[in-house]
Amino acid sequence: MAEIPVLKIGDCLLVSIQVDMHDRLAMELQDDLTNRIVSERARGVMIDISALEIVDSFIGRMLNNIAAMSRVLDAVTVVVGMRPAVAITLVELGLSLTGVRTALNVDKGLALIRKAIDDPGGVLGRR
Amino acid sequence: MTQGGCLVVDKGETIAVRTSDDVVRVRQAVRARAIEAGFGIVDQTKLVTAASEIARNTVDYGGGGTLLIEIVREGTRRGVQLTFADNGPGIVDLKAAMTDGYTTGGGLGLGLSGAKRLSNEFSIESVPGKGTTVTLARWKL
Amino acid sequence: MAEDHATIIPQLLAENEQTLLRDWMESQKKSGARRGGQISEMELSEASRRLLAALRGGAATGQFADITAPVWDQSRTVLEDASRSHATLGLTPSETATFVFSLKEPLFALLREKLGKDPDRLAHEVWIATMLLDKLGLYTVEAFQKTREDIIRRQQQELLELSTPVVRLWEGILALPLIGTLDSARTQIVMESLLEEIVTSGAEIAIIDITGVPTVDTLVAQHLIKTVAAARLMGADCIISGIRPQIAQTIVHLGLELGVVSKATMADAFALALRQLGKAVVDRGPARQEV
Repeated sequence: MAEIPVLKIGDCLLVSIQVDMHDRLAMELQDDLTNRIVSERARGVMIDISALEIVDSFIGRMLNNIAAMSRVLDAVTVVVGMRPAVAITLVELGLSLTGVRTALNVDKGLALIRKAIDDPGGVLGRR
Repeated sequence: MTQGGCLVVDKGETIAVRTSDDVVRVRQAVRARAIEAGFGIVDQTKLVTAASEIARNTVDYGGGGTLLIEIVREGTRRGVQLTFADNGPGIVDLKAAMTDGYTTGGGLGLGLSGAKRLSNEFSIESVPGKGTTVTLARWKL
Repeated sequence: MAEDHATIIPQLLAENEQTLLRDWMESQKKSGARRGGQISEMELSEASRRLLAALRGGAATGQFADITAPVWDQSRTVLEDASRSHATLGLTPSETATFVFSLKEPLFALLREKLGKDPDRLAHEVWIATMLLDKLGLYTVEAFQKTREDIIRRQQQELLELSTPVVRLWEGILALPLIGTLDSARTQIVMESLLEEIVTSGAEIAIIDITGVPTVDTLVAQHLIKTVAAARLMGADCIISGIRPQIAQTIVHLGLELGVVSKATMADAFALALRQLGKAVVDRGPARQEV
C-alpha cells in the first residue's frame, strides 16, 4: 500500500504528491494508481504536483507512464499545479510530458477531465 | 575585479550517494547550499534537478559513490560546484551517453545531457572498469 | 627586503590603543572623514576601534605580506563593512580609503617616538606599516567598488522588472506587452513574471505581444518558444501577437517554428482568446441617449 493517499471524487482519482519521493515510492504510486483505475472504474486521474519543488526525468517518466497506462484503460490523466520554476526547468531539461494534459489547479483540472470524458470527439474518437 | 580566474572554495561538504533515499538527501543538501549561495528559485531548481539526475545515475549505474558540494567564488561571482564520483563500471561510449534519448536502463535518456543543459559548467570523465566523475557548476549572476 | 620580520608594531598597537585611537580620530576629522556629519562620531569611533583591534590580531602573527590570508580576515571584514556603508551613503572611494590612510600619521608619530634613535630600524618599521596600510587602503577601494556594482545591478534588476508588466486583460486572459530587445537575462525575468502571474490570476490564456520588439532572430524566437512551452506545462496557452510583416518574413526565412498561434494585432489575439474561453462580444444595438 503506497504512502501517498489516493482519493476518489466521483469517477475521478485524485493524487496529491506532498513529499519529495524516492524512487520506490514513485513506483508504488504508479502501481497503486493503475490498480485503482481498474478497481474503481475511474475515467479520470488527477495528479496534483503543486507541492513538488523538483520534477526530474524519473518523475517525468512516472507521469508519462501513468498517463499511458490510464489511456489504455480509457481514462484521462491531468497534471495540475506545476510550479513556474519547475516548468522552466523541465523545458530546459528537454522533458516533454506526452499524453499528459495539464491544468493550473484542481478545479480547472476536474473541469478538463469532465470535458474530455463527456466530449471525447466521438465514442471511439481520438483525444 | 577578477582574481585572475582562480576558483576559491568557500565551503564544502561530502555526502554518500548509495541508495535512492540518498538521492532525496542529495536534493535537500544541494537546495540548502544553493540558497546559501544566494540563488533565486529558478536557479535553485535547475541545479537541484541536475543533481538529482546525476545522483540517480551514480546509484543506478555507478554502484554508488559520493557527492562533494562546494560553494565557490571566482572573482566577483559566486556559485555552487558539484562533483559526483563513483568506482563503477564506467561509461564505454561517452559521446553516445551524452546524447538525448540514449539510455541503457529504460530511462528517458535525459540524465547526462539534461544535467548539462541545466548547468553553466559541466565535465565528465569516465574510465571503463574504473569509475566515473561528473563535475557540474552553476553560477549566480 | 624580507617582509615577515620581527616588528614592534604589534606591541605598539597593544600598548597604545587609546592614544592611537584618539590621534587617529583627530587625523580623520582633519581630513574630513565625517563628511559634514553624515557619519556620526560614535560610528566612526566604533569602526576605528574595531579596525585597531583587528590590526593588532593580524600584526601579532608577523605576517604582513598577504592581506588575503586568514589572519587578516577580521580586518578585511571591518573594512568591507565600512566601505559598504560609505558606498550606500554616497561617499567617494577616496573618502573611504582616507579612513585607513589617516592612521599613518599617528602610527608613524608613535614609531618615531620609540625608535627615533635608531634610523635603520625606524625606516624598516615605517616601511612595514606603510605597506600594510597601503594594501588595506586599496582593499577598501575595491570593496567600495563592489558595493557600488551590487547597487547598480540591483537597480538594473528593478528597472527590468518595472519595464515588463503583466496585464490582466480580462478574467482568465493575461497580456504581456514586450518592449525593447529580448536578451537572455531579460527573458528569464519576463518568463518568470508571466508564469507567476498565470498562477496568481489563474489565467488560462496569455497574450505575448511583440509589437515593441525590434528584431526577432533565432535566439529571440527560442526564448519565446521556451516561455510558451513552460506556460503549457503549467496548463495555460499562449498567443503571440504583434507580428509585423517583416517579422513574419524573417520567421519563415529562418525556418522558425513558433509552435503557437500568432496574430498580427493584440486585438485579434484578444478576440481569439475570448472565443477560446467561450465568451463573445455582443452588439446591444445603438446606445440609448439619456434625456
